[in-house]
Amino acid sequence: MTESKQLVELTVNGSPVTLDAAAGVTGLLAQLGLPDCGVAVAVDGVVRPQGRWDLPIADGAVVDVLTAVQGG
Amino acid sequence: MADAAPAGDRLEIAGRSLSSRLIMGTGGAPNLAVLADALAASGTELTTVAMRRVSPESGTGLLDLLRRLNIELLPNTAGCHTAAEALLVAQLAREATGTELVKLEVVADDRTLLPDPLELVDAAAALVADGFAVLAYTNDDPVLARRLEDTGVAAVMPLGSPIGTGLGISNPHNIEMIVERAGVPVVLDAGIGTASDAALAMELGCDAVLLATAVTRAQDPVAMAAAMRHAVQAGRLAAGAGRIPKRFWAQASSPTIP
Repeated sequence: MTESKQLVELTVNGSPVTLDAAAGVTGLLAQLGLPDCGVAVAVDGVVRPQGRWDLPIADGAVVDVLTAVQGG
Repeated sequence: MADAAPAGDRLEIAGRSLSSRLIMGTGGAPNLAVLADALAASGTELTTVAMRRVSPESGTGLLDLLRRLNIELLPNTAGCHTAAEALLVAQLAREATGTELVKLEVVADDRTLLPDPLELVDAAAALVADGFAVLAYTNDDPVLARRLEDTGVAAVMPLGSPIGTGLGISNPHNIEMIVERAGVPVVLDAGIGTASDAALAMELGCDAVLLATAVTRAQDPVAMAAAMRHAVQAGRLAAGAGRIPKRFWAQASSPTIP
């Protein structure tokens, strides 16, 4: 690796994503152009509350980002 | 539009006090503009949403629309087949929308979309323990309705017939038995096809009706939404008015000729 930044490989909503290891959920949403309001995030099947969005996401994690859509 | 709802007759459910006894779903509408007009015509104050993966294109337009119409969100757990799945989706819904309300759906298979009773009761207990106000979508089974009530749910929501079929209320007697023994509000959920089905649900003693497809997939969703609003009000009034007993033979309503 030529740069000093550590990277993690994630699966986000079913697709592979490479993210700065320090970016956390906040950085992930910004990188993917996803809204940061009205969404919820699960990391490896566990809810990651908004108060903990700045924590790093572990390499290999499966991340789901959900929002409310028409249904029911 | 003149409102026929009796003043002071409110639906008390999950700590809310609502003037409308029609809970709407948002699935199946051709676009958000038609959905907005239909929701407004229905008079609803509580409306379901589903939770799905977000994309840069999907945005959060539905939440903005419901906020503008001053309609409270009722997130559902549609698509869940196990109690564990339902708990995670409910927690994500609470995180995304900020409400503790949840319409609990745990279905057995995708062909019938009928609730899986065993997973449903487990899920209800887990969600109640986690602080949710649970409105449980259930089969038209009076015993299962009691089991759900015992877990502490805020409402039981028996189906009239399977989701999206429009077959109406297949077993009115079961609905009456559920209503007769329930200590929480009973909401007839699923199977409504047209306005008379909604009126019948209320005549059977249900506290409210939840429907989506009957309006969103009608040829004129806005007109059907208005029809449902009036049907729920008519059924509610009729239920309280004391209907005449059914008779086998005719009984003249004009004086007999002397």
